[in-house]
Amino acid sequence: MNIVVAIKHIPSIADDLPVSGKNVDFDSVDFVLNEWDEHSIEQAVLIKEAVGGTVTVVGVDLIGELDNVLHLALAKGADKVVKITADDPAADSHMQAKWLAEAIKGMGANMVFAGVQASNDLDGQIGPMIAAYLDMPYIGGVSSVEANGDSATVNKEFAGGAGAKYSVSMPFVAGVQAAPKPPRYAPVSKVRQMAQTATIETVSPSGDASAGLAFKNMAPPVATGHAEMIEGSSKEVAAKIVELLKSKGLA
Amino acid sequence: MSNDILVITEHMDGKFSDVSFEMVGKARELASALGGQAVAVVIGSGVDANVFASDSTLHIDDAALSGFNPEAYAKIVEALVKEKSPKAVLFGWTVTGMDVAAWLSAKTGAPCAAYAKDIRVDGGGFVVSCQVYGGKLMAEVAPEGDMAVIACLAGSFPVEAGQGSTAATATASPVDAGSLKVKFVEAIKPAGGDVDITAQAKLVSIGRGIGGKENVELAEELAQALGATVSASRPVVDAGWLPRTRQVGKSGLKVKPKLYLMLGISGAPEHLEGMKSAELIIAINTDKKAPIFNVAHYGATADLFEVAEAMLELL
Ligand SMILES: Cc1cc2nc3c(=O)[nH]c(=O)nc-3n(C[C@H](O)[C@H](O)[C@H](O)COP(=O)(O)OP(=O)(O)OC[C@H]3O[C@@H](n4cnc5c(N)ncnc54)[C@H](O)[C@@H]3O)c2cc1C
Ligand SMILES: Nc1ncnc2c1ncn2[C@@H]1O[C@H](COP(=O)(O)O)[C@@H](O)[C@H]1O
Repeated sequence: MNIVVAIKHIPSIADDLPVSGKNVDFDSVDFVLNEWDEHSIEQAVLIKEAVGGTVTVVGVDLIGELDNVLHLALAKGADKVVKITADDPAADSHMQAKWLAEAIKGMGANMVFAGVQASNDLDGQIGPMIAAYLDMPYIGGVSSVEANGDSATVNKEFAGGAGAKYSVSMPFVAGVQAAPKPPRYAPVSKVRQMAQTATIETVSPSGDASAGLAFKNMAPPVATGHAEMIEGSSKEVAAKIVELLKSKGLA
Repeated sequence: MSNDILVITEHMDGKFSDVSFEMVGKARELASALGGQAVAVVIGSGVDANVFASDSTLHIDDAALSGFNPEAYAKIVEALVKEKSPKAVLFGWTVTGMDVAAWLSAKTGAPCAAYAKDIRVDGGGFVVSCQVYGGKLMAEVAPEGDMAVIACLAGSFPVEAGQGSTAATATASPVDAGSLKVKFVEAIKPAGGDVDITAQAKLVSIGRGIGGKENVELAEELAQALGATVSASRPVVDAGWLPRTRQVGKSGLKVKPKLYLMLGISGAPEHLEGMKSAELIIAINTDKKAPIFNVAHYGATADLFEVAEAMLELL
């Protein structure tokens, strides 16, 4: 089984996210692996463990800092890592999806996984777009994939624990919502070892597409309301909440 | 090219989701500003399609599509777009709409604006306000070209504006179900057994800030002292700290308790979808910029462990 996983490196939303021009100021935020990509790496490695095969992880390097997460992917069980050296923080989603599709084309993938979304841009578009460019079917919100011959049994989530089971012929693209198991932890020592020994294959971006969206503005939301903030030490906060709940008959 | 707005509605178990009505209402407003029509599109069988306040409703009524099929929906919408050349196609930014919107955008070359909270007509085109970075920032974008794909966040527009009784026109599916690579096998029903969080009057809801499975007990103790039940955000469930039945949000359950006490939840749009109509929302978060503070009634920038323990002493 030949599985390709697209991963993305994003500004940590735990940060303050200062805006500079029309985007976040990339110099003043930490970059982390998109949380859903941890799940798609896990799902790919689980399939490899079940039926054998190769897991290739691919990413577009937009700011020259992708190596860390590629090493992390190797430490989590990927066999091969490929980076598309774009070095263009302004590349839009269509462009990136096109580059990814072109790079993936020659890989002979049976399945391509993308995260169901990344929490930074106008989200969740790259997976379905890769599918469109590769002329493969797409199924998102996926919570488990089992390979059986030239098709796969894929569970998709709807809401509240409901979902549906699909049979999907290979090759296809899946947007992973969650792996059937929590993503495995890769010890720092192993990531460091990968950083010293692994080779990252690099390819140049190829192909052209445009999102056709003119960015007008990016700014914090205009709050239509704001919580009444309870000030003080944690003890004082607790006392005020308990008092509030009692006054409303809720405690 | 027309000035029509197509709305791809969604339904499950014979019921349309609210976002379908919300979009139809918005589409009417946009279409009338542009001099076009709001066209509701219903794909699949087993549902009464005569419920929208659209200018017209198209019902692609095919028994082979009784369960959602992303590939079939994508191809049907692609064919409709070719036939009708609309000015915009609206999807819900939902677990089904997400599968199709960006695909259509790449297939047709039309721009896609996702996480739309608002859409307005501006000089013959649209300006769309989108939530990015988990709700911490808003981006305003203007789609270029002849057609725009816009995926709307549930809860952004009023439901009533889209409710009506326009008679639907049934049409045959342009896609041969037999040729599809994605086949619907069976529905998966939610696993029962655990408590029903939608029926609880009080919820203590924990997020990733709880840090680990070993800390869930503290939330359980606080819930017990309050006569409440513990619910959670998605990462807590994905990590295996609580069962799926406790998840609140877009892919979890919608709750409307009297009290929703949130410990270490940031307030991402997908979480808000499940709880924003709770009667009293109190949020404890160490990040004073957490989006939840724009929604909660009361908030405190504080450590959840310290607050929970101090509350336990007082209860
Ligand atoms: C298709 C789709 C469906 C989804 N469905 C759902 C859904 O149904 N439900 C859902 O919840 N999410 C859902 N999500 C995920 C959603 O986008 C967010 O990732 C999720 O809601 C974040 O959960 P969180 O707030 O617990 O975690 P985070 O965003 O990581 O927030 C943790 C918060 O804890 C705070 N914190 C940390 N330590 C402490 C401390 N000691 N004391 C106080 N505060 C602390 C931090 O400041 C932070 O604000 C979905 C996503 C997608 C793409
Ligand atoms: N620059 C990128 N390189 C590789 N994969 C990406 C990139 N951007 C997005 N993806 C993939 O697409 C998914 C959804 O991201 P997005 O469409 O940006 O929300 C991610 O989880 C990745 O799997």
